[in-house]
Amino acid sequence: MKIICSIFEIAVLVAVSPLVSGLITKVKNNIRLRRGQSILQPYYNLAKLFSKEEVISEHASWIFMITPYVACASAVTALFLVPAFLAHNARIHIGDLFLLIFILSLGRFFLALAGLDSGSSFGGMGSSREMFISSFVEPAVILIFFAISFCSGSTHIGAMGAGSYKLSWLVAALALLLVTLAETSRIPVDNQETHLELTMVHEAMVLEYSGRSLALLELASYVKQLVFFSLLAVIVWPLPGTLTRYAPIAVAASYFLKIAGIAFIIAFIEVSLAKMRLFRVVDFLYFSFVMALIAVIAAAFNI
Amino acid sequence: MLNLFTINLHLLHDPLSLFFVCTICLIALPCACYALGYLRGEYSLKKRLYCWILFALFVAAMLLVVTAANALIFLICWEIMSLVSYFLVIFDHKNEKSIRAGTIYIVMTHIGTAFIAAAFLIIYKHSGSFDFTAFQSTCQNLPLTTKNILFVFFLLGFGTKAGIIPLHVWLPMAHPQAPSHISSLMSGVMIKTALYGIIRFIIAILGVSALWWGYIVLILAVCSCLIGVIYALMEHDIKKLLAYHSVENIGIILLGVGACLVFLKLGLPVLAVFSLAAGLYHLINHAIFKGLLFLCAGSIYKATGTRDIEKFGGLIKTMPLTAAAFLIGAMAISALPPFNGFVSEWLILQTFFAGVLKVSGGLKVFFVLCASALALTGGLACACFVKAFGITFLAMPRSHKARYAKEVSFSMKSAMIFLSIATLAFGIGAASIIKILTSIAQSIVAADAPVMNFNLNHLTLMSVTDTSAYLSVPLVALLLAGLMIITTVLVYVVAGKARIRRYGTWDCGYYTLTSRNEYTATAFSKPFRVAFSFFLRPYRKTEKIRESFYHVKTFKYETFTTPVFKKYMYRPILAVTFGSARTFRRMQPGSIHLYIAYIFVTIVALIVFMKVF
Repeated sequence: MKIICSIFEIAVLVAVSPLVSGLITKVKNNIRLRRGQSILQPYYNLAKLFSKEEVISEHASWIFMITPYVACASAVTALFLVPAFLAHNARIHIGDLFLLIFILSLGRFFLALAGLDSGSSFGGMGSSREMFISSFVEPAVILIFFAISFCSGSTHIGAMGAGSYKLSWLVAALALLLVTLAETSRIPVDNQETHLELTMVHEAMVLEYSGRSLALLELASYVKQLVFFSLLAVIVWPLPGTLTRYAPIAVAASYFLKIAGIAFIIAFIEVSLAKMRLFRVVDFLYFSFVMALIAVIAAAFNI
Repeated sequence: MLNLFTINLHLLHDPLSLFFVCTICLIALPCACYALGYLRGEYSLKKRLYCWILFALFVAAMLLVVTAANALIFLICWEIMSLVSYFLVIFDHKNEKSIRAGTIYIVMTHIGTAFIAAAFLIIYKHSGSFDFTAFQSTCQNLPLTTKNILFVFFLLGFGTKAGIIPLHVWLPMAHPQAPSHISSLMSGVMIKTALYGIIRFIIAILGVSALWWGYIVLILAVCSCLIGVIYALMEHDIKKLLAYHSVENIGIILLGVGACLVFLKLGLPVLAVFSLAAGLYHLINHAIFKGLLFLCAGSIYKATGTRDIEKFGGLIKTMPLTAAAFLIGAMAISALPPFNGFVSEWLILQTFFAGVLKVSGGLKVFFVLCASALALTGGLACACFVKAFGITFLAMPRSHKARYAKEVSFSMKSAMIFLSIATLAFGIGAASIIKILTSIAQSIVAADAPVMNFNLNHLTLMSVTDTSAYLSVPLVALLLAGLMIITTVLVYVVAGKARIRRYGTWDCGYYTLTSRNEYTATAFSKPFRVAFSFFLRPYRKTEKIRESFYHVKTFKYETFTTPVFKKYMYRPILAVTFGSARTFRRMQPGSIHLYIAYIFVTIVALIVFMKVF
């Protein structure tokens, strides 16, 4: 039963994940006073890419071929590790919050290798930058996880939200918001809309991909984005334990509302900021680290 | 006073010793198998024989070090181990680098041995016997100051061998110079004997007596982790890069051991057992994957004749098995699931989390910072191995040597396959391995700790109790593999058979994409060099040869990083040493009359000394 529930939840989340990106793009365009593309555009893109022929560099090896699948698997596995709209005792558990860090770095590791695989400088540039940014993200993420696991005294996902709400969670949520910007390649860290070699990070890594491989990589990045948004949603406003008694519809509705809210916030941030220079990003991430540290210290004093 | 014949020649066979014996054998066996193929064609028959003898001696000495029940035997074996490894470091004695590395190694290791010997003598003064059992009973009654001194001596002595920062300088020089299977043994196992020393002498025999011991070990561990991995990122010699990662991983193991020291002093034996088990787990994991990586590096070296990763490239096509083995090793050391390095790093993170919950005050923040340092180390290590694997194996070959590389012989392959499987097995089988390690840790730390079935303190590893930290590695592996298969099938169902066209990489329309256009290792690590420039102090040398003012014919560009420890720590010490030696040399003018006068003065002084005291 648990397995069926989990599979259902994951399937729904994977299916919905491109919509979040569509929503963000739509909101961004509307803020800029443009009509913008349809909210369903990511689905159209995926459908188009799946039907296209694939061009693979003749220098590339099997690493290049399997990377889309590894990236997808790691992103979807990560979905198992964040609370969404099912109660935690209705889903299967494979690990705790800390596992999330390791699972996400699996996908990133292969993506970075694939960036180097085709022998193009763009790919290498992207890999180098991606690994650079992500290695500075990790300490902050660990601190955030420490802070939010303090209350319940466990890093178990089901324990999140147990106990009363703490102010430290809000600080942790702010730190996580900065981390989310960096991890989902959003402005001011990266820009998904650019293909200028001076600025692109994630796009540079996947530059050589086309066809279905590219579609899978896009899907993986949508799913990864949803992972971070779900985490953010549960930290900002954890589902109280009593809520699970109500109809699951209400829980699901509140979850999707929260995700939409976060999408709005991200869209506003993207529109109102400029992209940072690569080495300024380090300062940005130091800031999130310090914020996370404050959250941990506050959590230690039970605030 | 000391009768050599009465020395207890028994060997220890308690769980800790057996654990280390197993670790040594687990790495030594594939290394021996690897050596069969590696030495052939590389050295003459006479040299090969010499290498085998040294290899056997080396392994035997290490086995005796971890089983000696007597301080004298321990020291003798320790010394044999150091000397044999010295001869192995200078095995290519025609190479000037080897000689230099060997000299630094033997000087450093003897400084370490001197501290260990001094510590043994201090204990001997009180116990009157070199037996470890006598040591243990004596140490319980020693005054705190003596214990503190002993702790510092042991830490310095074994720390030198383990290569913790700042005593690490010899390690990245010496390990790469030895033949590859020996590098694998040295990095995988020999430096672990130093950790055996720390666990045996500081935790088991000396007993933790002050809280600051744990702090010191943790601080040193954090420094070793971070500095080790930062240096590794800057390194482009593949074996040196791996050697720096040994420094990093020793730091990670010491995080477990240091946390154990703190917990012991705070009276939290269960957590102490857990953290020591996590440390031991990382120890054996590091032995396996670092052994594997050094063997792969050896294969690459044998196939290409160089260790400079800027000259590799595209090896995944010519050496597919070495590439796969290296990838597994790289994933393990970068702590990626489902391989073994990931489990032990997860355990150490859990240790710190459990610690933060139990301790109070500033120690909480200290532990949190340790955990975030571990996370940073993990991220940087991941980046470093993207560089090491990507530049070495992927894209186009960067030199002729790399283009015509051939896959290595069967015996070398089999050793790499064996260790790759072990890497996976130690990841998937985590639940049963951690049980064994817990019982080992329990036997060292506290006999009176409550029986642990690993469900204590929310650190469940096997079963889902309601809200305990939980990790199931087989399930993770299964899920990852399953998802990859499902994705493949789904994509096939949705989009049909793949239509793939092979074409050149996009080269901005110039049609001349060569290996010169590829991203290099130097370029890859550039952002890190800039971000850590406060520590690395990079500088560059440029050289332009011009035909005219407007036309630069050749341009040479080199970047360097300042070796901070050598420049600001070792060089001043060496300068003082040589300076004072020069001063004392004036006492030796070569005149026999003066020397007779010295003897006379010494005798008079001794007589006076005897009379007065």
